[in-house]
Amino acid sequence: MEIPKTFLGYKREDGRTGTRNHVIILPVDDISNACAEAVANNIKGTIALPHSYGRLQFGADLELHFRTMIGTGKNPNVAAVIVIGIEPKWTKRIVDAIATTGKPVEGFSIEGVGDIDTIARVSKKAQEFSIWASEKQREERPISDLWISVKCGESDTTSGLASNPTVGNLMDKLEPLGVHLCFGETSELTGAETVCEKRGKTPEAQEKFRKTWSSYNDFILKEATDDLSESQPTAGNIAGGLTTIEEKAFGNFQKIGGCKFIDVLEPAEEPTKGPGLYFMDTSSAAAECVTLQAAGGFNLHLFPTGQGNIIGNPIEPVVKLTANPLTARTMSEHIDVDVSKILSREMNLDEAGDELIKATIRVANGRLTCAEALGHREFVMTKLYRSA
Amino acid sequence: MGRISNKEIVTMAGTDIIIHDEKDNVGVVVIEKITPKQDCDCWIMENDKSIKIQSMDEIPLGHKIAMTDLNEGDTILKYGHDIGKVVKSIKKGEHVHVHNVKTKKW
Repeated sequence: MEIPKTFLGYKREDGRTGTRNHVIILPVDDISNACAEAVANNIKGTIALPHSYGRLQFGADLELHFRTMIGTGKNPNVAAVIVIGIEPKWTKRIVDAIATTGKPVEGFSIEGVGDIDTIARVSKKAQEFSIWASEKQREERPISDLWISVKCGESDTTSGLASNPTVGNLMDKLEPLGVHLCFGETSELTGAETVCEKRGKTPEAQEKFRKTWSSYNDFILKEATDDLSESQPTAGNIAGGLTTIEEKAFGNFQKIGGCKFIDVLEPAEEPTKGPGLYFMDTSSAAAECVTLQAAGGFNLHLFPTGQGNIIGNPIEPVVKLTANPLTARTMSEHIDVDVSKILSREMNLDEAGDELIKATIRVANGRLTCAEALGHREFVMTKLYRSA
Repeated sequence: MGRISNKEIVTMAGTDIIIHDEKDNVGVVVIEKITPKQDCDCWIMENDKSIKIQSMDEIPLGHKIAMTDLNEGDTILKYGHDIGKVVKSIKKGEHVHVHNVKTKKW
């Protein structure tokens, strides 16, 4: 198949391209959710991104909070941003960082004003942003403006046999075209960590991966009270035939095909070494992982599932594929691409990879994913430890 | 999208079990289920070879079958790699899962 050279996206002020055109209302902290949601309810064409944190965090955990907030606002799928916090200082820090992209962004704080006046003031600005963004048109943009993240969920053995290798096939075909790619799930590479480490393109990337994985594994060993058999693999994984974390890891790892990663990113860190594959240090919980990848600037997500994970994200469209024929049949409203014919050998990996590329470009062009149509907007911040 | 119609689970005569790598001592059931004493067709992805095995247990879609006799302490190989240890001996053709295999990690 000849891969299209372009797709239709929204060109942003900083030169990046969005596959979506969202106006987001971003609360800095948990107590600003109510305001953000009220504004999004008032002004059509905006979405609020409520979450649970943002107060009394400190150190690396606070830095991750800021990185996630700022990265979400900077993501090219976002046309304009309203930031609302209880106090002005942290709000301003987020606004100033998002403003470096050149996109419209404005911050508001609630202290000394109260919810009701804040909602009125913010709604006026949000209306202005929403109408402004509605005039943005899609234009032809190079395929290399796609930044694709991947993560699998509710995996079973069909994931490792077929749906993850389908994503790997897509990566093998899109990497030479200058696309940015990202995989994560540090804990879920356990068992395959040495094989994965060797996929680092440079000794530095390999070393960084080894340190990142070891540190996550040490944390798990320190906190674990049992063999994690209720969590990794999950009950769904086990029902689907996955027996151990090692088996899950080797299946997971099929998603990167034959690609080598050029760098290891902190959670929510934006890649800076140019096109190619990146590894991001993330949890293996679906919504946490995709939220971090979206904050890293990725504009389209591929999500293979076995037993039927239903996750979506508010700003990054999540394309779901499965090779499990039962899941494809019983949960069809969640599945964008069905590759179950690989198992009956009526379709090969090359054909499945082509189907996934076609679907990816249609979604990049604006086609709603199943998760978008169903209203899945899981925005889940990763918290590293207790607040002060 | 680009969906292939999939109203029925494919049970046509063909592949019942897929094995990733020639070194693997387990295969994955890829039809809705296999029943005891069923003669199953296996396909090895790595080298495109076909082999046969008779099952001992009922094994559902996605679950593993032992391709050889395995003793306690043996290593399970899948994708050509170590995916855990046998904790209860397994006969060729039996179901391989959490009741007889455990992780070597956590």
